[in-house]
Amino acid sequence: MSEPRDKDEKKKDAPLKPDEASRREFLGGAGLSVTAAALSGAGALLSGSDEAEAKATWGEWFQKNYRLMTEDEKREAVLRLEKRYTEEFGKQTTVDSAPAKEGVLFGYALNIQKCIGCRRCVYACVKENNQSRDNPEIQWIRVLKMEKGNFLAGDMDKGYPDPAGIQVGGNAYKNSGVVLEGEHYYEPAEVPEKGYFYFPMQCMQCEKPPCVKVCPVRTTYRDPDGIVVIDYNWCIGCRMCIAACPYWARRFNWGEPNLPAEEMNPVTHYLGNRPRMKGVAEKCTFCLQRTRQGRYTACVEVCPVGARKFGNLLDPDSEVRKILEKKKVFRLKAELNTYPKFFYFMD
Amino acid sequence: MKPLIRFALDSVMYVARGSAIFYGWIIFLGFLSFLMLLGAYEQFTKGMIVTNYNDLVSWGLYEAQFVFLVGVAAAAVTVVFPSYVYHHKKMKEIVVLGELLAVSAVCMVMIFIMFHMGRPDRLWHLIPVIGIFNWPHSMLTWDVIVLNGYLGLNAICAFYYLFMKYTGREVNKLFYMPLVYISIVWALSIHTVTAFLINTMPSRPMWFHSMMPIKFIATAFAAGPAMIIISFLVINKFTKLKIADEAIETLAQIVTWCLGITIFLGLSEVVTELYPSTEHSFSLQYLIFGKHGLTGLVLWYWSAVVLLLAAFFMLLTPSLRKNHKLWLPLACAFTFAGVWIDKGMGLVVPAFIPSPIGEISEYAPSAIEIVNTLGGWATGLLIFTVLAKGAIGVLLGELKYRAATDLASEFSSEWQPVVHSSEEICK
Repeated sequence: MSEPRDKDEKKKDAPLKPDEASRREFLGGAGLSVTAAALSGAGALLSGSDEAEAKATWGEWFQKNYRLMTEDEKREAVLRLEKRYTEEFGKQTTVDSAPAKEGVLFGYALNIQKCIGCRRCVYACVKENNQSRDNPEIQWIRVLKMEKGNFLAGDMDKGYPDPAGIQVGGNAYKNSGVVLEGEHYYEPAEVPEKGYFYFPMQCMQCEKPPCVKVCPVRTTYRDPDGIVVIDYNWCIGCRMCIAACPYWARRFNWGEPNLPAEEMNPVTHYLGNRPRMKGVAEKCTFCLQRTRQGRYTACVEVCPVGARKFGNLLDPDSEVRKILEKKKVFRLKAELNTYPKFFYFMD
Repeated sequence: MKPLIRFALDSVMYVARGSAIFYGWIIFLGFLSFLMLLGAYEQFTKGMIVTNYNDLVSWGLYEAQFVFLVGVAAAAVTVVFPSYVYHHKKMKEIVVLGELLAVSAVCMVMIFIMFHMGRPDRLWHLIPVIGIFNWPHSMLTWDVIVLNGYLGLNAICAFYYLFMKYTGREVNKLFYMPLVYISIVWALSIHTVTAFLINTMPSRPMWFHSMMPIKFIATAFAAGPAMIIISFLVINKFTKLKIADEAIETLAQIVTWCLGITIFLGLSEVVTELYPSTEHSFSLQYLIFGKHGLTGLVLWYWSAVVLLLAAFFMLLTPSLRKNHKLWLPLACAFTFAGVWIDKGMGLVVPAFIPSPIGEISEYAPSAIEIVNTLGGWATGLLIFTVLAKGAIGVLLGELKYRAATDLASEFSSEWQPVVHSSEEICK
């Protein structure tokens, strides 16, 4: 009903304007300095690549936790990675290290009334964020299929067996509404299916993230713009965060990730979508390589029905704030007091 | 320094000589440990993809051993406590064996931690100062502290005691006793903290209850002394050291009552969870009855119930409990196996089923997991066998510092080589 208008709204109210032109010229614009650095790195690689490779490996192994690095050390780490990725994937790769902007707290709102379960977000996310494609296959977004409520007249009389003939409970119920029953493998010819609605889940970017609390080496932490990030080079793979996350948002690189060079997205961020290694945890970062440059996340851009909204929670005029103000909003598993910044809403 | 070097050399010489059964046992354990090294190479080079762990069940066989073995380590206190707090004379004579079991168990714990890690090469990130130690926030850091502390305490206590005995000197109580008392409290802490490690995660409802620490302690003090009793019976059979029946009886009673408490706590949990049958109980339902047709752990769970109940009633019957030929070892084996199931795979795996989004999937360990787990146990038993053999030599007086007995002043004396007769060596 409101699809086209909604798309317009997105353009009109967008707190962060996704500018088509700047996106196309991204490499020449915002990432100019990093690109230049990568070029020089690639040059260094061509002259004596074995030595450079060895240096990169040792350098990476000995580097500090990203958050505690000085600006110089960060630059060095980023250059090292750019060099390695450029060589490994045969395309010029940039590793951004843009910090969180002041006055920004990212938030997300998802309209479960609109979602049609097409999973375009899932695949756009994989494409953008360089997840391992296969063995292990890693996806950060899961779309759950929910059965619309109904009660079964046929089961009316099948109460709990009671010898005295007094029925103590009924069996006519069926789960309905948002119940976490884990059905996310649906493969219909067409979506949406009759009798179902859809419920996408991803990292909730909690304000009180249980994963951050349990991390023994502080490799995962909350950046000032509210995004929970992971320094993949510092992670020891203990999987405490995976056990502690109530939203099943985190994934583990069980083996060496398989990322075909031709599918690799070379525009990366150190804390975001740069290629990962085996034995480390990863998860949604609200596409910080995009959002910190003023763009929308890949899932927001691709959503064909405009169910996904993203913006600055500190800006009273942003679209997410308007949604929080005007719509019926809920957070998942609110009883756990994790304070997600990922909201669900209905019109 | 000389007595120390001599102690090391004498111990190696003493431990290296043994009967055919001893060699057979060592070769058997060594072979399993060697297989583990191959398995470890496979896992560390290819990643954890060689296990059957997955996005849903991300902990499995290794973590089950970890939890169980922390309990075995803590259970050394069931020997130390009666010895030094109740001054149980017969127990005091062999208290060092309990401490050595703790040392071996903590070594096994470390092995399974290595297998648990996705990046064992980055373990140094955990070391304070050069790495980052997220203390006090992360429970895992508490566990690192208490486990390493416990290893240190037991290693120091056991070594000091044996060394003094070896050189024929009296134990300095001002040094030794405080360590003993600290280690008693510390033993409780290692298992409490391990319980806190897993029960502070509301994302895993099956673990998220406050009974976890006491249940851990009760099960540990059933399974640990059960293992100690079995090893004492083996020592009685195969070595010249005779461990008094009184000591074994005390341990058997500890096993009995801790087993009773374990069963009571298990029953309490089942009733509390299953009566209201909320979502909180789904994991337990999966464990006990299976869910949505998936019943991977049901037989596993009920076998533990049968083993623990059978062991409890055997131990409650004095005539069976005092039968060291058949019934006591059988009851101890049942206790050990029952707790190993109940607190190993039976505790770790179902907590991940269903997943936080309600998905139910099953897990069974891969061949490499099984090889590495057997190897981990074999390595631990190897360590224990070697340590215990040396300790028995000292306790029997077969392994002693010759110079000390000959001369009044120990340290001013010249070292003289210890000459064992061949009979002595082959016992």
